[in-house]
Amino acid sequence: MAQQLDLAGNEWTFDLLRDIDTQLHDITANKFKLDTFPNQIEVISAEQMLDAYSSAAMPVMYPHWSYGKSFSVNEHLYETGQQNLAYEVVINSNPCISYLMEENTMTMQTLVIAHACYGHNSFFKGNYLFRQWTQADAIIDYLVFAKKYVMECEEKYGFDAVEEILDAAHAIQNFGVDRYKRRFESEAALKVKRDDLAEEKRRQYDEIMAKVSPVEAAQIERQQDNYPREPVENLLYFIEKEAPKLRDWERELVRIVRKMSQYFYPQGQTKVMNEGWASFWHYTLLNSLYDEKLVSDGFMLEFLTSHTNVVFQPDSRDGRFRALNPYALGFAMFSDIRRMCEKPTEEDKRWFPDLAGTGNWLKAIDFAMRNFKDESFIRQFLSPKVIRDFRLFTIADHKSENELFIDSIHNDEGYRRIRTLLANQYSRESMVPDIQVTSYARMTDRSLTLTHMSRRGRPLNEDEAEKTLAQIERLWGFPVHLETSDVH
Amino acid sequence: MADSTIIDRRLNGKNRSLPNRERFIRRYKTQLKKAVGDVAGESSISEVNGDGKVKVRIPTREVSEPNFVFGQGGSTEQVVPGNKDFVPGDRIPRPSGGGEGQGGGKPGKGEGDDAFTFVLSREEFLNLYFDDLELPELLKREISSVKRMKSRNVGYSRSGAPTSLSVLRTMKASLMRRVALEPRGDDEDDPENSELDLESDPLKQARKKPNVPFLDEVDLRYRNRVTYPEPSTNAVMFCLMDVSASMDEAKKDLAKRFYTLLYLFLTRKYEEVKLVFIRHTDEAEEVSEEDFFYGKKSGGTEIMPAMELMHQIIETRYPGSAWNVYVAQASDGDATSRDARASAEYLSSKIMPHVRYYAYVETMPTPMFGMARASDLWESFERLEDSFAGHFAMRKLFNRRDIYPVFRGLFERKEVAFGR
Repeated sequence: MAQQLDLAGNEWTFDLLRDIDTQLHDITANKFKLDTFPNQIEVISAEQMLDAYSSAAMPVMYPHWSYGKSFSVNEHLYETGQQNLAYEVVINSNPCISYLMEENTMTMQTLVIAHACYGHNSFFKGNYLFRQWTQADAIIDYLVFAKKYVMECEEKYGFDAVEEILDAAHAIQNFGVDRYKRRFESEAALKVKRDDLAEEKRRQYDEIMAKVSPVEAAQIERQQDNYPREPVENLLYFIEKEAPKLRDWERELVRIVRKMSQYFYPQGQTKVMNEGWASFWHYTLLNSLYDEKLVSDGFMLEFLTSHTNVVFQPDSRDGRFRALNPYALGFAMFSDIRRMCEKPTEEDKRWFPDLAGTGNWLKAIDFAMRNFKDESFIRQFLSPKVIRDFRLFTIADHKSENELFIDSIHNDEGYRRIRTLLANQYSRESMVPDIQVTSYARMTDRSLTLTHMSRRGRPLNEDEAEKTLAQIERLWGFPVHLETSDVH
Repeated sequence: MADSTIIDRRLNGKNRSLPNRERFIRRYKTQLKKAVGDVAGESSISEVNGDGKVKVRIPTREVSEPNFVFGQGGSTEQVVPGNKDFVPGDRIPRPSGGGEGQGGGKPGKGEGDDAFTFVLSREEFLNLYFDDLELPELLKREISSVKRMKSRNVGYSRSGAPTSLSVLRTMKASLMRRVALEPRGDDEDDPENSELDLESDPLKQARKKPNVPFLDEVDLRYRNRVTYPEPSTNAVMFCLMDVSASMDEAKKDLAKRFYTLLYLFLTRKYEEVKLVFIRHTDEAEEVSEEDFFYGKKSGGTEIMPAMELMHQIIETRYPGSAWNVYVAQASDGDATSRDARASAEYLSSKIMPHVRYYAYVETMPTPMFGMARASDLWESFERLEDSFAGHFAMRKLFNRRDIYPVFRGLFERKEVAFGR
């Protein structure tokens, strides 16, 4: 096995893929002790790649027009050269499914296998958010069920009716997430509960409509405590459980959207970590192949060119700048943790006494990978060195000021503040407005009140909010109000 | 060993997103139809028919998916890379339209403009295009399918449906078998046979059998039919348009849509369709497609010069033996009666002999008092309808809704004429 695989510039073959995968598996399992799901590696064409990542990158997905739209966007960007195709797509499932594009050279395939099949794969298996929220064993089955269910509904109730519900549910899919609790119950038990609940709702509804006069109802409502007692942040869940008028199949569609939303929640919270981890590992693994003389110099040159592109970070005043590149930041941070373990500076000893010089970098990055999300990872591990390397600085935009101003830069006074602000930038609160269900007038007009918990005076985009409310009303069936409450 | 499975999926179907595209088209049919109309209005006839894809643009806000997102305002800080020379406290003017790159929401993918590009296949494009023309499903399929398939006999096979049994071939096979198997008296004398072991040679034994069936299953022969793309020949389509002062934009638009439909129909039937554009006032000239539709020119109406020019082009470039010549003429018929009579005469004697099909449409966007007065040209042409039945047709075209029915009227006659 120790014979050099001359892969540089080569066309890939299935034999070569198998060989390299075996090599990488041996190194990761034995040398670096990475814990991974079994891999299912699928070679696909460019068109299939376009197909794949236009439906949320899932191998199976329920049909909806917005995926057709995103296909067209991607196709257009790809054909006009504005966007390259992803080298790989990887799915958090067990076995872990990765797509390799047939156009890739053998070097690229090696990079992709290292990145996706061992990097992302071990992240999916190890990171606490994924462990808590996604069932890698069950997702494909669930997708198959969802697709079948949606298509059956289309057949039974018509495209338009299904589309209306899905459109409406999609409008609040970012608000279909539980962040703190997870319900562990079997699907069968849940279904029984749901049916009971629906029956109960119908009974209540009929009862109220039959017996209670509007005046009485208003009195009862006033006497009762507010419902729900605590604000509910999972709008989709509340609608699924409480919407007075939804039919059973409509409720099930809402639930499907919520489930998908919940499934994708960890991905959105760990972009920097996940891409950083995968990039760190493709870099480490391919260097390891080179150290063991399994690949040639040509291979390494080709690989390093691609790697550099992946972790390239344009400056904020560069025309190519969009945002911080999660690959670049994450790669830099994991590499930095290793560096601090192996070759600490005086500064590292002051800032990271627990890491500096311990030598056991493998343990350190494994701990980081398992127990953090982007926000806490940055708060915990972003070092002055990385801040300096990226020349990070902060532009503040305060309503009370006429101009933007520079809040902090990469100097001794700025490190801590930049670290805090960057961590905040990756928190859910700064990415998604905080909107919660605060009241449901069960006894009177059945209206629903949502409250935007506004922080630091940040408003909602009103036009969008109005359209979104209209969609929620479609699901709720009664008036929906939106209030704003300044939290701090 | 790695517990990995490597699978080649390339042979699996692509177009997995097709159902989603279909749903997109369903959802935004109105908008897409409008966009398709715009494209058809802009691009030339032959482009629309290309095998490639057609890009249509829809305003982004029409296909946007609403969401709760942050608006502008409030206090935010953004950490960005690449500081060159800033120090804390530096002030920079707030960019107009500010807040860019800040806050939540998805960054618009790539394109900065406010239109969304949707790529339609030729099939999808034509479906939407003809939808506007109220084309029935059958014809829509007919026109938008790429190749016509025909089936024909190629040889014979030993299996098939009873209806394709070839009696002649079957009887031949039967005869051959019987001749071969019938016992012959001179076997023993044959020096070749004498060396063979009589008992073990199956042929010998068979020959000894007294009863050879007249018809055996092995004799059956069936005609073998295969489907193949119909070989096509070339066609040329002459577009004649009256651009005299009386032909206003509305009339030209009708004419253009009619030409487009005819062109699409012909490309369905022929491998290649050449286009010749002739516009005329009281003089005729061959022009480019662009000039044909958008050129500004006006003058009096005379048909004769166009007829003569067309005849000359046919004679020199498209002799009837190699080309299927089609003519679509659009005019409001506002010609003098002398010119009309002469044109009809010329058409009948010089042009019709070369032409497979001649369609004359008289464009009259506003019928007078609910009924159209027949023009002199119309009256002169009318008698040609009988003498060239099946090859000549004329219709009045009042508005866009009529285009398809008129086309079908012409098309139905063609089936008789060309349905070989």
